[in-house]
Amino acid sequence: MTAEQSRTRSAVRPRGGQSRAGAAAAAPARGPRPPRPRVLRSTQWAAWGFLAPVVVYLGLFYAYPLYRNIDLSIRSYTVTSFVSGNAPFTGFANYRSIFASSTFAPALVNTAIFVFVSIGFQFAIGLALAVFFHRNFRLSGLLRALFLVPWLLPLLVSASTWSWMLNSDSGIVNAFLQALGLSQINWLTSPTWSLGAVLIANIWIGIPFNLVIMYSGLQSIPEDVFEAAAIDGAGGWQRFWRITFPLLRPVSAITLLLGFVYTLKVFDIIWIMTKGGPATSSTTLAIWSYQLSFGSLLPDFSSAAAVGNVLIIIAVIFALVYVRARHRLEAT
Amino acid sequence: MTVHASRKARAVCAALLTFGTVAAAAAGCSSSGSSTAATSASGGGTYTFWDPYPQYNNTSDWAKLIASCGKKAGVTIKRTGFDTTALTTQSLLAAQQGKAPDILLVDNPVVSTLAKAGALTTTADNGLATGSVAPNILGAGVINGSTYGVPIGANTLALYYNPKILTQAHVDPASITNWASLTAALAKVKAIGKTGITFSGINTEEGSFQFLPWFWGAGANLTNLDSPQAVAALTLWTTWLKDGYAPNSVIQDTQTTAWQEFQTGNVAFAENGTWQKVGAATMGAKVIQIPAENGGAAPVPTGGEFFTIPIQKDTARYATSAKIVSCLSATSNIVKTDNTLNYIAPTKAGQQAQLSGDSTLSDWVSAVGVAKARTGDNLGTKYPVISQQMWTAVQKAESGAATPAAALAAAQSAAAAGLSK
Repeated sequence: MTAEQSRTRSAVRPRGGQSRAGAAAAAPARGPRPPRPRVLRSTQWAAWGFLAPVVVYLGLFYAYPLYRNIDLSIRSYTVTSFVSGNAPFTGFANYRSIFASSTFAPALVNTAIFVFVSIGFQFAIGLALAVFFHRNFRLSGLLRALFLVPWLLPLLVSASTWSWMLNSDSGIVNAFLQALGLSQINWLTSPTWSLGAVLIANIWIGIPFNLVIMYSGLQSIPEDVFEAAAIDGAGGWQRFWRITFPLLRPVSAITLLLGFVYTLKVFDIIWIMTKGGPATSSTTLAIWSYQLSFGSLLPDFSSAAAVGNVLIIIAVIFALVYVRARHRLEAT
Repeated sequence: MTVHASRKARAVCAALLTFGTVAAAAAGCSSSGSSTAATSASGGGTYTFWDPYPQYNNTSDWAKLIASCGKKAGVTIKRTGFDTTALTTQSLLAAQQGKAPDILLVDNPVVSTLAKAGALTTTADNGLATGSVAPNILGAGVINGSTYGVPIGANTLALYYNPKILTQAHVDPASITNWASLTAALAKVKAIGKTGITFSGINTEEGSFQFLPWFWGAGANLTNLDSPQAVAALTLWTTWLKDGYAPNSVIQDTQTTAWQEFQTGNVAFAENGTWQKVGAATMGAKVIQIPAENGGAAPVPTGGEFFTIPIQKDTARYATSAKIVSCLSATSNIVKTDNTLNYIAPTKAGQQAQLSGDSTLSDWVSAVGVAKARTGDNLGTKYPVISQQMWTAVQKAESGAATPAAALAAAQSAAAAGLSK
């Protein structure tokens, strides 16, 4: 604890009435001070009052929907019980059902591939571009702005454009491949290629986010560290691995975590490009959850909620891993 | 200001903030409640009407017709147009909250879902007359012997063709009477460097809708997805893809994108719906009925919406709602509406009136005559479960992930499991 923090705490405690020991210690010097219940009450009311909007907001828009989602997943909601509200409690039956479904394994594997390959490429390319633009050469600002275009475009536009470009018969990508003498690839209609096709689009969309965060992280590293390393004879590659990369570790960790959560819930790009198909070849857990809820004429809300909760649990596990890693990093 | 006064002011501000938040939440609740109050008065007052036509604003003929029917019934109608996919969920939520609209116009396969949810009244309850509606079109609204609405009209699928390409390929459209003659025509079209046929083989309900004419045309039944007839139908599609008669993009084409391919002028045939007839006329395309495997017209699925009257707390409202629906579905009105929507009228009288105005509709009137409801054969809410497995099987076979027989066997097994839940 710093001296400043120590001073602040000792000043705050007696006023808030939270520390009897502190009050007792102050008594011999200043004489007995009667408690001030009215001030105390109004201060507490003020604290609660300012807290209330946040609590109400969190409760209404986060806690309650989450509670409802859990409730949906442990009951058997048919369209009839959805309307009547008499859905019987079924415990973990919906979870058992989704784990036993033939769609679960491919959806889980596809989700893992989609998430890790996406954030791997997005991070590597974003970092490489951030290092590249760190030199601040002429027109670097303009080029950097151009790299942000995928981020500015609505996802609907990006995904539709990729869908047209990757069209088997009339897409520009296949036209290019054929011009090179290569055979046509059924990017969106082949079970082998469909996940790769949506990955390409998602990586392209995610690069600007990584570029911006890593670039701002690079700005916070003092230039003299690089200069000192250069004087000591460190080459570009050594400067990157021994200075840039280690000093960017906290920024990298939060970028990867945010990228993970964001990619885990990606729905729109896949839905627009392949609708999770052909068959289940590009179906992720997010797509499957949507298909169960809204993909057919007969919604299966309970199973969809169970899939959604599995996604939340995965995200929480990785967030805890991040928090632990961060604590370890701070400790060292 | 003293410290004490400042604290007091903060406390007051905080209390006001808290009150404001709670009041806003209460206002949010009460505002939805007040709309119910405004619409719950029977005998005059406001009646709510939901339809899947957000493209029609208040100045459209459709909106004007609704308003005039409301006026005849002595009430004001508050109409809301939803996207057709969103309308199912909205209707279920509204029923859950006890705030269902007085009249709901929904896509025909959704009628069985809403009926199962207990959200709709039967025609016996609400007094709607269905007598003159063709039984095959009414079929989608009949579940376990009860009728849950009346159709606004019907659309269906047929085979559009480009006469210029067929002339170049020396194909006489009249010679296409079964699958063999159609496939032979596609081979001739391919030989002149054109694409044979487009359709929508996507993994949504549209995919099932488009596959059904071939499925039923082979004599297959939705309760037996892996029958030899069903395998024959799926083999037909996969063979067209393998032989290059259909473009690979059909696997992800919607009916709209498949139609856009046909409009390029490089495709000889397109399986598409009544709603494209205006565009087809513009490009000079003609239409024939989809052939069954061994000849004759294949049964085609009916599309189109149903007027339904959702359950209300105030049952006295049904009589006025029924009056409004009767007005909207009266022959003179429904012919005008169906001409605008590119539908075929659900009654003989309506169809005759349409034909007298436009004789080119005769092919479509015939197609609708042999159409059948997807939820018919008393399938009701079993259909969505079966359909989902069917489009999955179609996708697997089209993309080469499985043979037609294996894909359909898996679909049958999954559908049986889904129905036993």
